[in-house]
Amino acid sequence: MPKDQGIGASSKRREDVRFLTGNGNYTDDINLPGQTYAYILRSNVAHGTITRLDTAAASAAPGVVRVFTSADLEGLGGVPCGWQVHAKDGEPMKEPKHPILAEGKVRHVGDPVAVVVAETLDQARDAAELIDLDIDELAPQIDMRAALNSGVALHEEAPDNLCFEWHFVAENKDAVDEAIANAHHVTTLELVNNRLVANPMEPRCAIGDYNRSTDDHTLYTTSQNPHVIRLLMGAFVLAIPEHKLRVVAPDVGGGFGTKIYHYAEEAFVTWAAKQLARPVKWTSDRSEAFISDAQGRDHVTKTELAMDENGKFLALRCETYANLGAYLSTFAPCVPTWLHGTLLAGNYQTPLIFTNVRAVFTNTVPVDAYRGAGRPEATYQLERTIDKAAREMGIDPVELRRRNYIQPDQYPYATPVAVEYDSGNYIQTMDKAVEIADRAGFEARKAESASRGKLRGMGIASYIEACGIAPSSLVGALGARAGLYEAATVRVNPTGSISVMTGSHSHGQGHETTFAQVVADRLGCDESNIDIVHGDTSKIPFGMGTYGSRSLAVGGSAIVRSVDKIIDKAKKIAAHLMEAADADVTFENGMFSVAGTDKTIDWGTVALTAYVPHNFPHGEMEPGLEETSFYDPANFTYPAGAYICEVEVDPETGVVDILNFTAADDFGNVVNPMIVEGQVHGGLAQGIGQAMMEGCVYNDDGQLVSASYMDYTMPRADDLPNFAVDHSSVTPCTHNPLGVKGCGEAGAIGSPPALVNAVIDALSGHGVTHIDMPLTPRRVWEAINA
Amino acid sequence: MTTISMTVNGKSVSGDVEGRTLLVQFLRENLQLTGTHVGCDTSQCGACVVHLNGESVKSCTAFAAACDGAEVTTIEGMANPDGSLGVIQQAFQDHHGLQCGFCTPGMVMSAADLLQQNGSPSEAEIREWLEGNICRCTGYHNIVKSIQAAAATLNGQSQAAE
Repeated sequence: MPKDQGIGASSKRREDVRFLTGNGNYTDDINLPGQTYAYILRSNVAHGTITRLDTAAASAAPGVVRVFTSADLEGLGGVPCGWQVHAKDGEPMKEPKHPILAEGKVRHVGDPVAVVVAETLDQARDAAELIDLDIDELAPQIDMRAALNSGVALHEEAPDNLCFEWHFVAENKDAVDEAIANAHHVTTLELVNNRLVANPMEPRCAIGDYNRSTDDHTLYTTSQNPHVIRLLMGAFVLAIPEHKLRVVAPDVGGGFGTKIYHYAEEAFVTWAAKQLARPVKWTSDRSEAFISDAQGRDHVTKTELAMDENGKFLALRCETYANLGAYLSTFAPCVPTWLHGTLLAGNYQTPLIFTNVRAVFTNTVPVDAYRGAGRPEATYQLERTIDKAAREMGIDPVELRRRNYIQPDQYPYATPVAVEYDSGNYIQTMDKAVEIADRAGFEARKAESASRGKLRGMGIASYIEACGIAPSSLVGALGARAGLYEAATVRVNPTGSISVMTGSHSHGQGHETTFAQVVADRLGCDESNIDIVHGDTSKIPFGMGTYGSRSLAVGGSAIVRSVDKIIDKAKKIAAHLMEAADADVTFENGMFSVAGTDKTIDWGTVALTAYVPHNFPHGEMEPGLEETSFYDPANFTYPAGAYICEVEVDPETGVVDILNFTAADDFGNVVNPMIVEGQVHGGLAQGIGQAMMEGCVYNDDGQLVSASYMDYTMPRADDLPNFAVDHSSVTPCTHNPLGVKGCGEAGAIGSPPALVNAVIDALSGHGVTHIDMPLTPRRVWEAINA
Repeated sequence: MTTISMTVNGKSVSGDVEGRTLLVQFLRENLQLTGTHVGCDTSQCGACVVHLNGESVKSCTAFAAACDGAEVTTIEGMANPDGSLGVIQQAFQDHHGLQCGFCTPGMVMSAADLLQQNGSPSEAEIREWLEGNICRCTGYHNIVKSIQAAAATLNGQSQAAE
C-alpha cells in the first residue's frame, strides 16, 4: 500500500470524477425504453372528506395512459411504520393506515389523491388539471396542543389525535419530582425545536419497471437504504417476495434522513409498471417535495433542571409535545422517544431523569428523522437549559459543565436513561474548543465590538450522540420491526482485485473512498485495486443502509470482518503453496511469508490459486476467495464534543453576524480526515440554518407558506463563516474493530445550542433569557425591544 | 413544435421543442446531457447553471426556443481535451468541494464564470457570487477553498504563459 493511503490518509474522493464531469447517475438521469410519466394530483386542503373524484375527462386527455385513484389500488397495503412505541400504559401506539392514495379523506396539503400516467410529463400534468375533485373541508388540526383537545380527529383510531404518551424512565418519576421539589435551585426553560425541511438538493424520484418474461419487478429510487425499501414495500405494501423485487438506489443527491423512508410514490410506480406493462417514472419537483418529503424536528418542550448550591445537577424533568404530522412515517415514533429520551443525560452525571412525551397527529406533512433525529432536540433542550442555569447560578458556563461532566475514568458509564457510554473525554474536547476559540481573548473583543455599538456574545455547548444504530436485540426490545446490523461481502477476484459489496449507501458521504481505504489498510494493497459496490439489492447480499452516522461503525465493521475472514483463508492457501504450517504464515504489506525463512508469496498468486486451484488444499477448504459478514454491533457509539460560537448582534437591526465557529469533536479513530471535516462543515451549516433562518411556517388553514426555496431560507455561501474544526481528541470506540464512532450528524446536533447561547450571551445586558429558533433579525430585534 | 439549433460543448445540435420547453429540459431530455440538474422550480438553487454565449445562466429559466443559434457549455464540456479534469474541476476534487455531487455542476459552471470576470476574487466576493447556488452538503467552506485554489492555479498558468 502506498504510504499516502489507508486509514488516516486524506485520500481524494474517487467518486468526484464522475460528479465533476456530469457523469453521475442519479435516478432522474435514468430513462427506460417505453417509459411513461406519472403526475400526482395532491390535496390542496389540509383536512377534508372527498365528496367527488371524477377522472373521466383526464382519462380521455391526449397522451394519457391511465388515471389511478385509491379505488384502483384495492388489495394493496398502506405505507408501513417500522417502529412501534408502547405508551405509558403499555398499550401500543395508535397506528392508523397510511394509504398509497387518499381513501375518502385527505389529511394534509400534499396528500396524494390521484395519479395520471401519460406518454409525457407535460401531458400527465395537463390532464391532472381535468380531474374533478371536491373536498368537504374539516377543521384543520395544526397546533399540537390545540389538536389534543379539539374533538376533531384525523384518524378514527386516535380520537384525541394522540398517537401515544410515553414516560421515560417511568420508575424515576417520583424520585425526579421529589428532587425538583427539594432542590436548592431549579432552572426552567420552555422552548421550541423548529420544524425543518431536509431539502437534499436532488428531489426524490422513483421509476418502476416490470419484466413480463421473468416476473421481476425493479424500482429505481432516491433512497438511503434500498434493502429496507425492498423489505417494507415488498412485504407490507405490494406482497412481492424479495427474490422478485430489485431495488436500485444509484447516485443519490443527499438524504439527511428524508430519503430513509418508504414513500407511497415508490410503491405506486412499482405496482403500476406491472399494471401497464411499461416503466413508470415519477420525479418530484421542489414545490412537491415541500409537501411530500418527511419533515424534521417540531418539538415543544419544557425542561426543569434541579441543582444543589454548587451547581451539581440533581435531576432533570422534561415534557415534550412531538408533532408526527398526518401519518406515521417509517421511523417517526422512535425519534421523539428512544432517539431523544436516551440522550437526556448528555455529557453529564445527572442521576435522575424523567421525560413525558406526547406524540400528536396534525394536518401537516409527516415528520420523521432529520440529521440527528431526536438527539439534536435532546441536546438543544439540555444545553440551552444549562446555559440558563449558569447565568441564574452565577457560574461560568464552561465551569458549570465541567463540574457535571462524566469523568474520563468513569467509562463504561451507565446513564439513568438506559444507555451505557463506552468511552469519551468531554473535558478534553471542551479544553480544545476553548483554546481554538480564544475564549481568553473574548472580553477584549467584546469591548471592541461595544465601541462600535455592537453586542458580542460567545456561546458554549457540549453534545453527545448515540450513533451506529444499533444492537438488533436492543432495538427489537424497544420496538424496531427490523434488525439493525449491516452486511458486507468482500470478493477477491482471480487477478487479485477486490470487490466490496456493502449494505451501507453513500449519498454524499464518500464511502467508495473511505471503505477502500479501510480495506487497503487491512490488505496492504493499493486503494485503486478495490471497488466499492453499493445501492443495488441484486448485487449486495443484504443491508440496512445509511442513517444515524452508522456507515463506518456498522457497515465498515462488517467489511473488516469479511476482510479478516479473507486473510485467514488466504493465509491457509499461502501455507499450502509454501509447504508451511498455517500458524507460521504471516501476512504483511500484501505479502505472505513463513516466519524464520525467506519464503514469500504475493497476494496475486494466492488470489489466482483460489480460482485456479490446481495446487490447492482441497481437503481443508473450497476454492474461491469471497466472504460475507453480518455485523451486529454490541452497543451504540457515542461521539461527543464541544462547540463554541462567537457572534456580533446589531441592536439597531437585530441582525446576527456569526464571526467564528469552533467545533472540537471526538469521533474516535478517523479514517479520512478530509471527509470527516467535510461532514462536520455540512452538519454545522444545517445546524446554523436551523438556528438562524430555517423553519416551516404553516398557517391556520394548514397551508405550508414556506414551501419553496424563495420562502424557506437555507444558508447560502454568504450566510456562513469559515469553520474551525478539530478532531484531535480521540477516545476510540471500545466495541467495534475500527474504534470509530461516526461523524455525520455531530455538526447539526451541537451547533444550534452553541449559536443560540451566543446570541443570548450577546443580549444578556438587555435582560433577554431566551429566543426561539430561528433567530431572525425580527425575533432578535423584538427581544431586544420587548 | 419548433425546430431549434445550437452549439453545445462545441458540437452542432438541433431538435424539436414546444414553446414551453426549458433549456434544461432540452439539454437533459433531447441531448441526454444529464450532468445539468434540476434542484428547484423557482430559479433559486443553481444546480442547472450552464454557460449561454459565455455567461452563466440558470437553464431552468431560459426557454430552449429562445436559445436558438446560441453557444452553450455544460459541465460535460468542462474537462480538458484529453478527458482529464479541468482546473476548476480538479480544484473541487483536491479541496473536497463536493459531497453528493448534485449541486456540483452548477457550482463549477458558476465558479468558471466568476473567474472569467474576476481572476482573483476575495473570499467575500466568492461567497457573494455563489448566492445563486445552494449546496446542502458542504457548508460552502470547501467550495470557497476550491475556487480560491482554482484562481491561484489559473493565475499561475497565465503568468507562466506570459
